[in-house]
Amino acid sequence: MTKQHANWSPYDNNGGTCVAIAGSDYCVIAADTRMSTGYSILSRDYSKIHKLADKAVLSSSGFQADVKALQKVLKSRHLIYQHQHNKQMSCPAMAQLLSNTLYFKRFFPYYAFNVLGGLDEEGKGCVFTYDAVGSYEKVGYSAQGSGSTLIMPFLDNQLKSPSPLLLPKQDSITPLSESEAVDLVKTVFASATERDIYTGDKLEIMILKADGIKTEVMELRKD
Amino acid sequence: MFRNQYDTDVTTWSPTGRLFQVEYAMEAVKQGSAAIGLRSRSHVVLACVNKAQSELSSHQKKIFKVDDHIGVAIAGLTADGRVLSRYMRSESINHSFTYESPLPVGRLVVHLADKAQVCTQRSWKRPYGVGLLVGGLDESGAHLYYNCPSGSYFEYQAFAIGSRSQAAKTYLERRFESFGDSSREDLIKDAILAVRETLQGETLKSSLCTVSILGVGEPFHFLDQETIQNVIDTFEKVAEEEEGEAGEGEAEGEAAAAAAPAEQGGSGDQDVAPMEM
Repeated sequence: MTKQHANWSPYDNNGGTCVAIAGSDYCVIAADTRMSTGYSILSRDYSKIHKLADKAVLSSSGFQADVKALQKVLKSRHLIYQHQHNKQMSCPAMAQLLSNTLYFKRFFPYYAFNVLGGLDEEGKGCVFTYDAVGSYEKVGYSAQGSGSTLIMPFLDNQLKSPSPLLLPKQDSITPLSESEAVDLVKTVFASATERDIYTGDKLEIMILKADGIKTEVMELRKD
Repeated sequence: MFRNQYDTDVTTWSPTGRLFQVEYAMEAVKQGSAAIGLRSRSHVVLACVNKAQSELSSHQKKIFKVDDHIGVAIAGLTADGRVLSRYMRSESINHSFTYESPLPVGRLVVHLADKAQVCTQRSWKRPYGVGLLVGGLDESGAHLYYNCPSGSYFEYQAFAIGSRSQAAKTYLERRFESFGDSSREDLIKDAILAVRETLQGETLKSSLCTVSILGVGEPFHFLDQETIQNVIDTFEKVAEEEEGEAGEGEAEGEAAAAAAPAEQGGSGDQDVAPMEM
């Protein structure tokens, strides 16, 4: 007798793509606004970007119920941190907290594919990319979600430093200017939207700088 | 209050129906430096006197932010106060997490009171030795509560606790009827004037008091030294001008002495507590 498997899954994938690019004094975090389930669209206007602290913004694709729960936990933890330390959490600190929070549920994970973007203690842009159980790395750019396989190779082509073996060591930060980074993001999303059915509708772009956060919205194909 | 054979355990009643340990805990509140709270329909101001152990140390933190819409001022054993503030913050965060809305301050004080009551009915515990003035905002407006070690709580328009608080209470009793419609600025001024009453002759300087405010559209925050000094200057100067005229009010005698030093007081005292928020 073959083993019976569950007909019910606690997870669902709501699709979507998230991208972040770090600059010398800015960070661009972008995500599409389509939320889907299976082949159906649930919303054309759902934001996957969430500000956690003044200098740390999280963008997550995957199962949005888990993403919401994760955001709530991080928000509460941030409040406690502020009470105890009298200041906001820095982006690297938030990065570690996110990793620990994800690993805490190692045996029933948050189905969330995260990209954390922000400014580090020196004011330089930083991007941290995660898997579902908290393994993370500081990088200069990253893409997660349904369109990531289409976007990541292109970002590598445009932004990747020649070789990690090359000396002197290259910075993970992009040499692009802020406007060039924003244009690049718009380009990759427009391309990903063409071939990935789960990406489209609108593109939300958040630009984080020392003096504040700016948000831009661009239309994407709706089919 | 004198020692008697019923005051050793908190779980022993006296023949006259009193719990002496609880009453002794309330005495501890009276030993702490003064804390004052007052409210209008839309704002709550909490103010306290900065007391330092010695000239070398920084002063005790007596006002804590619990949430954007709730603050607490304590008098008595500040360690107990710190622990209770942490509890209040935790309750507030948990409520926000579960209900996605701010914790109504009326609920918070009940939780606090229940927590205090437990300590009056367990032989292995002792009552908290701290009085809390909890100020907060909810849908029905601004509220001020006083939680005492006995586990009871009361709502007030204005109140003062700690040492020499009677002087402040007398001042507040005279003025409280107008507080409801007070402007934000008048409320702050009244709070600082009430603090001055507890100083009883000591010159009022901005370094001597900490003032915090919260209200509709205004999350809890502390006022900086400059703002406080400016408010002090407004009534110190007025009193100075009226100095020469015939008998005025309570302001007269103290203000005359306070006026001259107050000028110097504002500039030199930037070294106040690094712990002050």
